[in-house]
Amino acid sequence: MKLKLKVWRQKNNQTKGSFEQHTVEATEHMSFLEMLDVLNEQLISEKKDPIAFEHDCREGICGTCSMVINGQPHGPQKGTTTCQLHMRQFKDGDTIVIEPYRVNAFPIMKDLVVDRSAYDRIIQAGGYISVNTGQAPDGNSIPIEKNTALKAFGAAACIGCGACAAACPNGSAMLFTSAKISHLSHLPQGQVEQTKRVRGMVAQMDKEGFGFCSNIGACEVECPKEISTENIALMNREYLKASLVSE
Amino acid sequence: MHLDNKVSDGELATKWVNYRSTMNLVAPNNKRRIEVIVVGTGLAGASAAATLGELGYKVKCFSFHDSPRRAHSIAAQGGINAAKNYQNDGDSVYRLFYDTIKGGDYRSREANVHRLAEVSVDIIDQCVAQGVPFAREYGGLLANRSFGGVQVSRTFYAKGQTGQQLLIGAYQALSRQISKGAVTMYNRHEMLDVVKIDGKARGIIARNNKTGEIERFAGHCVVLATGGYGNVFYLSTNAMCSNVTAAWKAVKRGALMANPCYTQIHPTCIPVSGEYQSKLTLMSESLRNDGRVWVPNSVEDAEAIRERRKTALDIPEANRDYYLERRYPAFGNLVPRDVASRAAKIACDEGKGVAPTGLAVYLDFASAIERYGKGEAISRGIPNPSDSKITELGEAVVAQKYGNLFQMYEKITGENPYKMPMKIYPAVHYTMGGLWVDYNLETNVPGLFALGESNFSDHGANRLGASALMQGLADGYFVIPYTIGQFLSNEIRTAPIDPNQEAFDVAEKNVKGLLDKLIYIKGNQSVESFHRRLGKLVWDYCGMSRNAEGLEKGRKLIKELREEFYKDVFVPGDANEFNPELEKAVRVADFLELGEVMMVDALNRNESCGGHFREEYATEEGEAKRNDKDYAYVAAWSWSDDGNHVLHKEDLKFDNVELKTRSYK
Ligand SMILES: Cc1cc2nc3c(=O)[nH]c(=O)nc-3n(C[C@H](O)[C@H](O)[C@H](O)COP(=O)(O)OP(=O)(O)OC[C@H]3O[C@@H](n4cnc5c(N)ncnc54)[C@H](O)[C@@H]3O)c2cc1C
Ligand code: SF4
Ligand code: FES
Repeated sequence: MKLKLKVWRQKNNQTKGSFEQHTVEATEHMSFLEMLDVLNEQLISEKKDPIAFEHDCREGICGTCSMVINGQPHGPQKGTTTCQLHMRQFKDGDTIVIEPYRVNAFPIMKDLVVDRSAYDRIIQAGGYISVNTGQAPDGNSIPIEKNTALKAFGAAACIGCGACAAACPNGSAMLFTSAKISHLSHLPQGQVEQTKRVRGMVAQMDKEGFGFCSNIGACEVECPKEISTENIALMNREYLKASLVSE
Repeated sequence: MHLDNKVSDGELATKWVNYRSTMNLVAPNNKRRIEVIVVGTGLAGASAAATLGELGYKVKCFSFHDSPRRAHSIAAQGGINAAKNYQNDGDSVYRLFYDTIKGGDYRSREANVHRLAEVSVDIIDQCVAQGVPFAREYGGLLANRSFGGVQVSRTFYAKGQTGQQLLIGAYQALSRQISKGAVTMYNRHEMLDVVKIDGKARGIIARNNKTGEIERFAGHCVVLATGGYGNVFYLSTNAMCSNVTAAWKAVKRGALMANPCYTQIHPTCIPVSGEYQSKLTLMSESLRNDGRVWVPNSVEDAEAIRERRKTALDIPEANRDYYLERRYPAFGNLVPRDVASRAAKIACDEGKGVAPTGLAVYLDFASAIERYGKGEAISRGIPNPSDSKITELGEAVVAQKYGNLFQMYEKITGENPYKMPMKIYPAVHYTMGGLWVDYNLETNVPGLFALGESNFSDHGANRLGASALMQGLADGYFVIPYTIGQFLSNEIRTAPIDPNQEAFDVAEKNVKGLLDKLIYIKGNQSVESFHRRLGKLVWDYCGMSRNAEGLEKGRKLIKELREEFYKDVFVPGDANEFNPELEKAVRVADFLELGEVMMVDALNRNESCGGHFREEYATEEGEAKRNDKDYAYVAAWSWSDDGNHVLHKEDLKFDNVELKTRSYK
């Protein structure tokens, strides 16, 4: 299949970017990133600068790949990261627009690459359980009901890709942050620090310049791991509780 | 060079505990003054950095990724072993030790493996406490499953995302130390050299990949946890950016590369579909618990399938060869990886492959679906269920166990594995070889340590499933925090290392020189194209089976390819900017040298063991033929620019297990 690509090119954070047009020959068995590999090989053979994009596992689990395809973070297929998206989702003659995430708190580094370190700092603000190595009791000493464990797992499946913030018109990080809070608060061992955690993480989210949440729900729609906005509701409840407790 | 493995005397079962309790310690007030550099934030690096931070050391931690959570460990699917014996099925520390030694085809160090089995139980406790959401039974207790090469259920898992959940646990522990200031994290920093002063590792040179700047970092010692080198094959299940550079730079500074020819080819991966392909996807080994491997009995049927005149469903039971069940009745579909991979290769070499390329076998879930469906019908009290009801119920059970893997398979291949058997083929997955380390996980360069997949230590010539995660976390949480004290207790009077000294100048100049050289070649071929060619060479001559003639040839071809690379590679852009092509070029340059040493090592080892299968050394039935008399040693190599790489041997002594021919029949 022959495709027309409109790709965002931007040298760095100091310069302005613009779209560049390319055509590429692909097959339906290729992944989206393999299609971009083909284009890059083409550019390199013409001694041109290849398109910078980030990726690593190409299995939908590391959360590295990040781009907006035809207006949707990770493209059109539900519950699928860019690296898992295959060209059979497109057809011959299609024009595909490829852009970086556009989120205040994720500055563009080059072309499709953005800096998502703000998400690390949110985790550093409390997204953990304080237990030193060697302090743990036997693993089976805290039974956790299967469904509760599955709920924790569901929230813990977040891959930190940033698509939620990219999908949100307000550039909010609520889905990501709430997924971590929900993961830990479903577990007895996580409940101990809940007040401190929710306060710290929410404050950090604001400090990083992420927008507020106005219940649009675009984050859940675009999230490749289908993390539910129920987590946001849970986080809001926890935050309310925390604000009633004196520091 | 004499390689002292520093294993202490005494009974195997109490060795570690005795050693640990008599080891030199560093007092808390001294720890605060000691700086430790940790490179890598996979399971091994993140757990080490977090724990060393908790203990009070000043830790600087590095990763070329944009976040510690992206390390390749995140992709591990199937699970992590531990000798908990929660299932009461006869597991024990000794059995895990024994299985690992046997699985490794008697090419690993007894003391290290026993220690691994001992601390495995602590890992699970630690991870649960951190909030890792392991799979559980209805009663709320931890669930287990079994993995290839063993007969007990000792594998803990979190759906098909065990690596992710364990890494997030370690990442959270690391994040906590970062927030406390105990660990300083340097993301997007790629280590490009080790700095040695008076023979000891005292720092690193790293490129800030975001800006292109070359930076110096000094410390009292350096810990590498930089992962495996499977990407030397270009196509592998490893993440695209995994590479050997950190370990290779250490080799260039005098560390030894042990057993580089021991690579693991995983039997259940999605087959290659085209030339453009950039990586291969693993289907977790746990699938072999329920999937049955087969090919058609006749070449004609296989041909018909390849030409799409027939599908798997057209082949009646009687015309199928469930070759693993036939050849290995005791272990069946659960034989170790090396055995399963070779068997698939043999089937395809005989012309029975079922993909258009001829390189695929079936992994079939129809029997499992039927079995589970009937079981469900009984437990739900459904009398005389119809076939379609049984299938429906069975598929639901299979979906619960492997849903995400089935979904992934369908996304990649466009085929529905509930209805049509999966097609699988072996692919490069893991490297048992790595930096030579002693019992303290210290390389032969004092103050330079190696953990996780980057060292060679525990898996011998073949790793059992679910043991890499165990080893990474054992090294990081429970071994290095103690053993590092053996070195550091002698350094408490050493002032902070000054990065403005000659050794750093020289190393930095070296790195800059290399980067400039790569940029200025301005040839005509892309880095990727060289990597692809290298991968094909290593796969063809040093892959699933090897022979002397091929290895000689492969070695020569790699040398030629390396020369061509330095004449004709094209790296766009500049060294002093964000430049992913330059990052790749450095990595491929090192793979081009490593590949040669792999061939040299494989050529030296005139026996077949584990993942190393030399065609000249096979039994009549085609099984691997070991030679314990001449090759029960670790082969540790030093690099020499003139091609005369030197072999150093560490003899392996087996005082506690009897060396046997591995049999899974
Ligand atoms: C698809 C797949 C599935 C697997 N499933 C399982 C399983 O179910 N069970 C199991 O036990 N094992 C499994 N394995 C194996 C296991 O995942 C790995 O062996 C293990 O995770 C390696 O961990 P590590 O910490 O040693 O290295 P990695 O996780 O590879 O981490 C390496 C780290 O080093 C950093 N790094 C490397 N070089 C440099 C440098 N030059 N400068 C700076 N930083 C650097 C990287 O940024 C990264 O942080 C699987 C492997 C694959 C490929
Ligand atoms: S919540 Fe979903 S979209 Fe947001 S970071 Fe996690 S996985 Fe990505
Ligand atoms: S590259 Fe890892 S999730 Fe896409």
